[in-house]
Amino acid sequence: MNTFLSYKELTNSIKQKKISFKEYYETLQQKIISNDKEINSFITVNEKVLDQASEADIRIANGTNRLLEGMPLAVKDNIAVYDMKLTCGSKMLENFTPPYQATVIDRLQNAGIIFTGKTNMDEFAMGSTTETSHFGVTKNPVNHNFVPGGSSGGSAAAVAAGFSPAALGSDTGGSVRQPASFCGIVGYKPTYGLLSRYGLTAFGSSLDQIGTLSLNCEDAALLTASMLGLDSKDSTSSSIVPENFYNFQSITIKGKKFGIIAETMSEHTDPQVKSIINAKIKEIEKHGGIAEVVSIPELEYGVSIYYIIAPAEASSNLSRFDGIRYGLQNNTDKNIDVKTLVTKTRTEGFGSEVKRRIITGNFVLSSGYYDAYYKKAQKARILLSDKFKSLFNTYDFLITPTSPVLPFKLGENIDDPLKLYTADLCTIPVNLSGLPAISIPAGVSKEGLPVGMQIIAPSFKDGKLLGIGEYILREVK
Amino acid sequence: MNKPYPIIGLEVHVQLKTKTKAFCRCENKYGGIPNSRVCPVCMGMPGMLPVLNESVLNDAIVAGLAFGSQIASITKFDRKNYSYPDLPKGYQISQYDKPICSGGFIEIEDDNGTLKHINITRIHIEEDAGKLIHLEDGTNNSYVDYNRCGAPLLETVSEPDIRSSDEAVKYLKSLKEIFEYIEISDCNMEEGSLRCDANISMMIPLSDGTEINTPISEVKNINSFSNVKKAIEYEIIRQVEEYHKTKEVNNGKNKITRGFDDSKGITVFQRSKEGESDYRYFPEPDLPHLEITEELINKSKLRLPELPQNKRNRLENQYGITQYDATTLSADKKLSDYFEKCCKYTTNYKKVANFILTDICSILNTENISIIDFSVSAEDIAQLVNLLSDGTISSWIAKSVFEKMRLTNKNPLSIVEEESLLQLNNDDELDTIVIKVLSENQKSVEDYKNGKDNALKYLMGQVMKQSKGKANPVKTTEMLIERLK
Ligand SMILES: [Zn+2]
Repeated sequence: MNTFLSYKELTNSIKQKKISFKEYYETLQQKIISNDKEINSFITVNEKVLDQASEADIRIANGTNRLLEGMPLAVKDNIAVYDMKLTCGSKMLENFTPPYQATVIDRLQNAGIIFTGKTNMDEFAMGSTTETSHFGVTKNPVNHNFVPGGSSGGSAAAVAAGFSPAALGSDTGGSVRQPASFCGIVGYKPTYGLLSRYGLTAFGSSLDQIGTLSLNCEDAALLTASMLGLDSKDSTSSSIVPENFYNFQSITIKGKKFGIIAETMSEHTDPQVKSIINAKIKEIEKHGGIAEVVSIPELEYGVSIYYIIAPAEASSNLSRFDGIRYGLQNNTDKNIDVKTLVTKTRTEGFGSEVKRRIITGNFVLSSGYYDAYYKKAQKARILLSDKFKSLFNTYDFLITPTSPVLPFKLGENIDDPLKLYTADLCTIPVNLSGLPAISIPAGVSKEGLPVGMQIIAPSFKDGKLLGIGEYILREVK
Repeated sequence: MNKPYPIIGLEVHVQLKTKTKAFCRCENKYGGIPNSRVCPVCMGMPGMLPVLNESVLNDAIVAGLAFGSQIASITKFDRKNYSYPDLPKGYQISQYDKPICSGGFIEIEDDNGTLKHINITRIHIEEDAGKLIHLEDGTNNSYVDYNRCGAPLLETVSEPDIRSSDEAVKYLKSLKEIFEYIEISDCNMEEGSLRCDANISMMIPLSDGTEINTPISEVKNINSFSNVKKAIEYEIIRQVEEYHKTKEVNNGKNKITRGFDDSKGITVFQRSKEGESDYRYFPEPDLPHLEITEELINKSKLRLPELPQNKRNRLENQYGITQYDATTLSADKKLSDYFEKCCKYTTNYKKVANFILTDICSILNTENISIIDFSVSAEDIAQLVNLLSDGTISSWIAKSVFEKMRLTNKNPLSIVEEESLLQLNNDDELDTIVIKVLSENQKSVEDYKNGKDNALKYLMGQVMKQSKGKANPVKTTEMLIERLK
């Protein structure tokens, strides 16, 4: 059985009684058992998935089915789900099961979603290759010698491998869009505040946003429509509901203005990536879209701004992991004093990338350096956001490659953090500005590696963004 | 040459008595079984977010208004990062560069009795930490109780305007009085709902006419007003001695932290500035900036009660009681409220004030209770005072009626009627008793006539005894003197 079914296709197969949920989930389970040893996309699988599938079959039979009844969803392991471990890809939380679950999970559960398991990720979402996980590397299903991207690499791989039609990820600087691009699927990062962060383990709180990985934009919209809306448990969540969330039919590309950001198509961008994106833009123009090159000179500071603000917030967010109340506790010595216990626990529990960012974060916030780094970065962040805002006075959407480079080989860059950081050039400014963006497949390289195109929209134009994404996927070949 | 004098600023933490904690919905209450009032948010579990309790914001605005502070139109929260086992998140949510209230003052009398303003720098909101407990259980283990963790605090920082230990205590008493008046904190130092840190340095005049300033000592967590006084007085002597030994002056970088040792009454060195942690303040990304509207401020103004200073003046003017009585009554909001309640049922204001401050307060003191736990109603006290003033009962009887009121909760008039304790005012009846007493006490009559004034008192006592205390004392005296002529 083909497991690469979108939600709509799966729903139709169920309605037409071609398959039952029970049969479908048995196939998924078999596929995961035989293939995920190699891919390693899941950290935890839901053991009760077949019981839940039978319940969904009953609901379909007696007509009590809900909006997303029985639809499978894999969840990145930094989002809390009842009765499932929340490891965040770290030894620190290897055995931690939260006594709460994320608001988005509550809402999806009420819509009938079945959670298939928790997916692998870079430790505490810090990384862009899924190689920093305590639970081993995840391989790219397209080519097992390559990384799936990250940090939501497990989620992207699970979708690309046909283990689940969709998955949740989290995106702080590109962690949903970049792995989607590397694995040849759709990744969507909503406007900051559209989805509640309650239950999402914080990395950079002012940048973090839960997002979706899926086979098409319609599924992203279906999932998001069930998750969005004000949450009293998250003071940064918004009550704004974007327009056009369901009505994809009315969307057309004719007359829409696209700004192509010049700085992301420079000599530093891989030539294959450039030509694939340029070809796609030509197609868009053929379908009536208007494309113009725009310049954002401030973009060159994006990576620097990000690698000050994100580690600063992270260093503070990760202080809670001290081995005293939950998670790993290194107390091998019975007479250990508290300070030593905390030091030993953190030394053992965190990997080197996490430690690197904690040290960076503490440095940029320390007295004497705060003004030179953090404060300056905050000011530059505002300038960058303003620039985006002003461009949206002229353009409906902005376009960049999702990644300026092709997927990395496994182990290729793990010891070169700076090279990895600069590869986030295209995705980072979107988080700094709180904007919504998607990555959709644009083509493949000579080696057969996927290349994704990023489309950025103004704040809370998420419905229009997903609509145009779906249009391009279907019509602009 | 002038004497050395201290420069003192106080930082006072007051715990708000809101129903729930500052950023989660756990009950906010003192004590309880350790770790019984905690949740994933105040325990800092991954993915948990703070949500501001609106009552905390409202209370902070009321406090600012009470001290005459400027209320910020935009305020924000910041993270104060430090690592300690009683701080689950590894940071405290506080306010750094945009506190909710700035400015304001507290008026006190200086040591010469002149009125003086102690200026307030700022008042800001922050959350409390848990408590480390070291049990003598032989295990050498430390325990943590997180019940207090996340409780709302207001920190009031004064300018260094205080010039003596007495001024410091007056400032604190006045601050506590105001917080109690606006009913946002219990200000109970024993339970830690009012905590004080003192920044102390000395100005020492030199022989050439100049002055030097000694390095500042911050004395942390002083737990009573008398200890604040002791700590300051100890520092005054210590810093002058230290200066004569080392000649070290305040250079803006040599502030030290000291703790107060309760048992010895001294301050003890804890750490120098270099040893202090760098709090790495930055804006709290989980809480958006808060806009405080005129509307909200106006709403808070309605909550603002009459403040102690104003009440003192009004009680004196409106009821014609002495300044001393007005001051004593208004120092305790509940006591002065009780007084005013009594005044609704009587016009004998001075007598009511006197009765409350002597008879009632002595009971409150011996039983160590507050006026709100006192069983007799204000209306009954007023009636008792009325019965006393219009001569219905004697003061001697009044004491026993008051005693019975407390025991039975009956009103004074019914006690008087039931036990027929009405004062004997009838001339004929009184005269009969007087004649009887005079005839039975011939010796005293002789003594009186020989100029012994004590004899009259004795005869008076006999009349009281025969009348069971009901005889009107004034009338009785008049009649005795008349008969003895
Ligand atoms: Zn709580």
